[in-house]
Amino acid sequence: MNEPAPITAEEIDRVYCEIDHDAESAGYHLHPDEAFTKGLVRGLIENERRYGYRSCPCRLAMGSKEADLDIICPCDYRDPDLAEYNACYCALYVSRGVKQGEQTVGAIPERRPPRAERERARAEARKAPGAIGEFPFPIWRCGVCGYLCARGEPPLQCPICKVGKERFGRFI
Amino acid sequence: MKTEHVDGRDHGKVMLYALSTCGWCAKTKQLLTDLGIAFDYLYVDKVGPDEQKAVVEEVEKYNPALSFPTVVIGDRTIVGFREDELRKALA
Repeated sequence: MNEPAPITAEEIDRVYCEIDHDAESAGYHLHPDEAFTKGLVRGLIENERRYGYRSCPCRLAMGSKEADLDIICPCDYRDPDLAEYNACYCALYVSRGVKQGEQTVGAIPERRPPRAERERARAEARKAPGAIGEFPFPIWRCGVCGYLCARGEPPLQCPICKVGKERFGRFI
Repeated sequence: MKTEHVDGRDHGKVMLYALSTCGWCAKTKQLLTDLGIAFDYLYVDKVGPDEQKAVVEEVEKYNPALSFPTVVIGDRTIVGFREDELRKALA
């Protein structure tokens, strides 16, 4: 295997600032321990070089984009883990409480289903949707700006107007 | 498959399966090093494509979820950076 050029501190800083900016502007927060977070950012850069996409630094990528789609950062499991554990699986993203030092983060169990189950779910998702009125997820509405999203739970913060989860109501 | 060895006090078999990119794996490796016990570790993401299948099967024997870090201490497996459990198991 060819050894690519080493990842520089400048590159890590640049990507860190970019991810932090995107996170904050959508109501998400990075882990406040900058050294820890930059370690994860280095992992993201390394995975981008290896596989061509930023797969989760704390999960083993298969190296095929289709197989790894659910763990490309931000992964499919970030928001449910934020809601339940105040951090995503690798703890790159944390709740506002963790960022402000009011909550702590422990080891987070792996929520990603095993490979056989993921393949079954992918095949299922390729099928035509059901009749109108049959949705696989509840739909939540932000009471302030009307933003709608279909997911297990509303986001911790509205990505549009930044109000908290408690301002969301079940729409459908 | 080349595992790396860290010297220290003998505590029987202690094997850490880790990812080189993962912050929790790094914390786990640091804890084992600080505890001063002898252990072996393998960065599963750095294993070449020819060997990966065999390594994945080996980790899945201990931890079917194939998540990291996976620490095997004798006949016990600890998944994740569970500091208290690791300290107790290695006391």
